[in-house]
Amino acid sequence: MDISNLTIESAHEALKNKEISCVDMTKAFLDNAKKSNDELNIFITISEEEALQQALEVDKKIAAGEEIGILEGIPVGIKDLINTKGVRTTCASKMLDDFVPPYDATVVKKLRDLGMVMIGKTNLDEFACGVSTEHSYYGVTKNPHNPEYVSGGSSGGSAAALVVNSCLYTLGTDTGGSVRAPASFCGIVGMKGTYGRVSRSGVTAMASSLDTVAPLAKNVRDTAIVFQAIAGLDNLDSTTLHADVPNYLEKIENGVSGMKIGIPKEYFSDDTDPEVKQSVMDAVKELEKQGAEIVNISLPSTKYAVAFYYIVMPAELSANLARFDGIRFGHRPKNEGDGLVDYYFNARGEGFGDEIKRRIMVGTYVLSAGYKDAYYKKAQKVRTLIIRDFEEAFQKVDAIVGPTVPYTAFKIGDKISDPLMMYLADVLTIPVSAAGCPAISVPCGKNSKGLPIGMQIAVPQLEESRLFQIARAYEKSVS
Amino acid sequence: MISKDQVKHVAKLARLKLTDAEIERFAGQLSSIFDYMEVLNDIDTSYVVETSQVTGLENVTEEDEICKKVDGAKLLLSSKLPKERKQILVKQVISQ
Repeated sequence: MDISNLTIESAHEALKNKEISCVDMTKAFLDNAKKSNDELNIFITISEEEALQQALEVDKKIAAGEEIGILEGIPVGIKDLINTKGVRTTCASKMLDDFVPPYDATVVKKLRDLGMVMIGKTNLDEFACGVSTEHSYYGVTKNPHNPEYVSGGSSGGSAAALVVNSCLYTLGTDTGGSVRAPASFCGIVGMKGTYGRVSRSGVTAMASSLDTVAPLAKNVRDTAIVFQAIAGLDNLDSTTLHADVPNYLEKIENGVSGMKIGIPKEYFSDDTDPEVKQSVMDAVKELEKQGAEIVNISLPSTKYAVAFYYIVMPAELSANLARFDGIRFGHRPKNEGDGLVDYYFNARGEGFGDEIKRRIMVGTYVLSAGYKDAYYKKAQKVRTLIIRDFEEAFQKVDAIVGPTVPYTAFKIGDKISDPLMMYLADVLTIPVSAAGCPAISVPCGKNSKGLPIGMQIAVPQLEESRLFQIARAYEKSVS
Repeated sequence: MISKDQVKHVAKLARLKLTDAEIERFAGQLSSIFDYMEVLNDIDTSYVVETSQVTGLENVTEEDEICKKVDGAKLLLSSKLPKERKQILVKQVISQ
């Protein structure tokens, strides 16, 4: 059986109809994971033994004539920022090189209860800080479409894993674009929900007022199925929302007829690559053909979003990463130094990579005495203005559409020495994150070099059903 | 402009040991990052309130119940640091 065209839904049918056993299917995906890992560096850990054990359980159930759930026996890759009981979870940092979590993150527990088969833990930028995975302690994940280019980040491994058919869905995390950007660079679907819709318990915190756990898959329906499985209230994460989780597949085929789609002029400025603009506008025309009304809008605070983000995010990050001191777990420094404080300096100096140190420094600076009002409070006020932009826009339109990233994947090494250039890649994904709204990146073609382009769709908080509906309408019209 | 002395001061606050090369590099990079942030001074935010939470949740509480789910021995296994008498061995905090 050729597994390269499988989706969650078709693999489920194949398992149910006994066209392939779960163990055989798992072996085929594991083979692809191992083969591609040598060249592309997608997984930090491949959990072959666990995967085959999980697959065996599913086969037993099928043999006994029991019904299996939609995600039962389906191979998944999990970003190595998300705790998996008994399987090493490094956050792509030397600090946690040997850390084996004693418990599952809530999202992993949910998937485990639904019968997941975990192929492995995917690569990322250290502690999810970056847009290229070049900041991973374990090296960059290369783009499967062209290995000279990055896969995007920080969930680069989770995106690339789907392109090489080593999993049928993956989990990533999206704080300022860390799932949408790699989805765009790798030509797959990546989606973040409303802030607080998915539990973050057991996921190493980066910037707590922005962090979300987010699924990636090969198509929109699969993405909705995974989001359905992980969304919901969790008493281990007090920021999760009480609102009911609807059935996301119910309206997914309903189309876009009569919907108003807003096109923000700021997302199509001169800073956006002409080929990207063209592809996204072609996709917008497709939505228009399907019956949507296209409305020109403005999100004037877009130009302040990166500055807002690179104040608030490092501030929260520096506080969150203060817990890594090498005392109870984590990196033990080679030179322990003289006394406890020296030990802290050495453990953190040795354990953290370049980008993490840089962001901790920025965060500590903006929170330090005399600077808090000028930077941190100012940025929190600017966040209010960004939110107002979206509130006003959503008075007029049902969804906002634009490019996910202003360009396609860049070459490995191109931006590594200039952190600011790297930060600007998130300019179109940050504003939605600031407003806590759901957004999805769907593939909308390739540029002349054969590199994928992504279209971002954003909707008001808790309107994930509408998000899937629009994305699916586009996907169906071009497939 | 961020000076090397400022970098050293912030690194001390953050408990980060930096090499001389890192101090030099971070001074330059942090300067350009903070130069970029000057763009925020273009906006008048004097009448704008700050946002720290976007979904409006307030004072989330729950019953304070004793949870016995955590097994001390398993927790110890997750750490590779040296142990003694079922505890992790740490540096001496108070000197005699």
